Amino acid sequence: MKQRYLLSGIGIATAIVLAGCSTTAPDSSGGGADSDATITIGSSYEPQNLDNTAGGGQGVSEALNGNVYEGLFTLTDKGEVVNGLASDFTKSDDGLTYTFTLQKDVKFHSGDPLTATDVKYSIDRVRAETSKSSRKSTFDNVKTIATPDDSTVVITLTSKSISLPYNLSYVWIMNDALKDPTTAEDGTGPYKLGTWKRGSSLSLERDADYWGTAAKNKEVVFTYFTDATALNNALLTNAVDIVTSVQSPDAIPQFENNADYKVNDGDSTTKEVLAYNDRVAPFNNVKVRQAISAAIDKKKLLTSVWGDYGTLIGSFVPPTDPWYEDLNSVNAYDPAKATALLADAGYPKGFEFTLDTPDYDPHPIVAEFLKSELAKVGITVTINTITADEWYTKVYQKLDFQATLQEHVNHRDIVFYGNPDFYWGYNNPKVTTLIDQSETSDTTDEQTAKLKEANEIIANDAASGWLYLYPQIVVAASNVTGYPLNGINSQFFAFNITKSA
Amino acid sequence: MTIYILRRLVVLVVSLVLASIVIFALLRLLPGDPANALLGVGATDAQISAARAQVGSDQSIWQQFGIFLRQLVTFDFGRSFISNLPIGPEITARLVVTLPLTLLSFVLAVIIAVPLGIIAATKSSRWYGATISAASQLGIAIPVFWVGILLISWLALSAHLLPSGGFPRDDWKDPAAALRSLTLPVLTIAIVMSASLLRYVRSATLDVLGSDYLRTFRSLGGSFSGTLVRHGLRNGAVPVIAILGIELATTFLGAVVVESVFTLPGLGSMLVLGISQHDYPAVQGVLFVSTLFVLLVGFGADIAQRLVDPRLRDTVSGNRP
Repeated sequence: MKQRYLLSGIGIATAIVLAGCSTTAPDSSGGGADSDATITIGSSYEPQNLDNTAGGGQGVSEALNGNVYEGLFTLTDKGEVVNGLASDFTKSDDGLTYTFTLQKDVKFHSGDPLTATDVKYSIDRVRAETSKSSRKSTFDNVKTIATPDDSTVVITLTSKSISLPYNLSYVWIMNDALKDPTTAEDGTGPYKLGTWKRGSSLSLERDADYWGTAAKNKEVVFTYFTDATALNNALLTNAVDIVTSVQSPDAIPQFENNADYKVNDGDSTTKEVLAYNDRVAPFNNVKVRQAISAAIDKKKLLTSVWGDYGTLIGSFVPPTDPWYEDLNSVNAYDPAKATALLADAGYPKGFEFTLDTPDYDPHPIVAEFLKSELAKVGITVTINTITADEWYTKVYQKLDFQATLQEHVNHRDIVFYGNPDFYWGYNNPKVTTLIDQSETSDTTDEQTAKLKEANEIIANDAASGWLYLYPQIVVAASNVTGYPLNGINSQFFAFNITKSA
Repeated sequence: MTIYILRRLVVLVVSLVLASIVIFALLRLLPGDPANALLGVGATDAQISAARAQVGSDQSIWQQFGIFLRQLVTFDFGRSFISNLPIGPEITARLVVTLPLTLLSFVLAVIIAVPLGIIAATKSSRWYGATISAASQLGIAIPVFWVGILLISWLALSAHLLPSGGFPRDDWKDPAAALRSLTLPVLTIAIVMSASLLRYVRSATLDVLGSDYLRTFRSLGGSFSGTLVRHGLRNGAVPVIAILGIELATTFLGAVVVESVFTLPGLGSMLVLGISQHDYPAVQGVLFVSTLFVLLVGFGADIAQRLVDPRLRDTVSGNRP
């Protein structure tokens, strides 16, 4: 007997609307929404190219995920996985064979029909040798992809993978006839690509032949800014309707006290992390790491960086991950305990270490704060400022560091702690086992339980210092509604956005 | 004069080749690996080496230089490491913004600076002459981005007269919209540029006013203004033309700052982005085009000087014999 999941006839667009209800900005009751409106979205993240397997960057997810390209599954703004181009799927009893049924009558923007071979082609692109997709390794256990008929795709795995549908939400399904996806598109989403003017803007036009519910606006223009002030000015002069992600609290008051704008405080997945090199002394000593956690007043830090925005989570898992739990009480702020732990660990007079600090906000401010907090318990911090590029070579590749600061943006990335070779070198066999087991779980409940357990161990071990979760602040003109608030994985679904005159 | 132009052209080409070598070498001195820009947290060793192969940073510096030279000769700037798009068309697309910005600013600055500079010199004893002179001192001291921010604050945010930044998506299809977008940036550059130009015009005029030929001419019965226009302008123009050439080149390169303040998709923002991403082909392309522009402007200024002042025609450098 085969287990059946998500047996629903609901089209993907409906599913998104339903799932999105509680996290998108409420529709204005006044009506008067203009279904032929052009929505202008201000963003700091211009795509490098239009292909998410060729280093397109987060901008390409923001503009094209769910808007131009769709996956077999969709990750909603709440962090849930719902059916996309797959209308249904079954999993074999041994958990190694997944059979996906495709939605009917789906056409690419070029007019070609969606077939199983396009799906196979698209998944193979992500797995290919040349792929630069950050998700490539999640498909390492794919053995074969078969296409018994035009609307069926069968994926056989070498080991069980509960996250397969989730991982597939990252895979754009594109026409296998598309020649150069870095400069052109052929997806199935509610919008076609309009024009892309490098260094300036990218526009999307509503596809009249979309297979699902049509977009509620006619055109979406992503306008790109390198300067935050210029972006805010554009909003103030009505040159843009929405700013996808405000990067500094300084600009917020001018919008908060103005009825023409709405400031939305959503949940991001970006964690500010004080990552130790857990391989080297003194950070190979769990008590030292716990002491540092206890020595830092994270509430004060968050307030000084973000004012009233942002969240303390006490671990690496944000609230939009299914295995989130509030772990703020673990190794909580307690300077007296920090001093005692340091003495216990053999550092009664403290020690010195170098903190490799990326040179962009907020890391330098955070580093100064940590320096003064840790000085109170006798630890001397030397701040070494490096560029993002140097960080990548020195810290990430050469592992030549004692401790560093980094913002980790990904959703569901706790699995990094199950890899002892990851840059921070956290190595707890129990955690590695739990994380491996979570992936081979039969049910999502089982997966969630395993990852919760792992996260608690990681938190107790103070594997890293999790300082805070960035806020996701979307600022929009008051006459605009229906935009996503959390921006999970940098996605920005535009099809529900409406603007009233 | 023909021999002079030919000699000057040879100098131009040699300068261009030397500049290209410097551009190539300087970029390679930057710390870090261009492949890093393509990678994110979570990249595997295989992905890292694939990225290095794509950007060519796994090749020796001499191989990279060979490729670079071949590209220059064929006037092909290669493809961006980051976007994999050809650089040439992107530079052209951005020149559509930067060239008008530079030229309009330059023309406006000259229109402001030349009459005011002459007034500041001839009426230096009057209150307005002194005021112009003092204001120009102030103009030189003000950083260009600050002028930009002030203008945005007044004319865009408060008065809502002009856009605070950006450029139309369809470029010059609607010239009025494009000009509206360029108004504030052009004003910004022109204000700052005219201040320093004005100083040069003023001192060149003062030189002319103190000259023997002007005194002689006036003693022969010429009117003051008539003499100044007929003989003073031409003589005063020689040093000013040299300065104009330098100012025009500086404006072109200085557009980086203004383009950033006004989020204009010009060459300057392409350069800044290229440097931050280690996108060598993009940076090389922009610097090469900028260098070419600067050298051409210098060439033009030298020729113009010789047209204005026949005494210079047999010299190679801009100095009088």
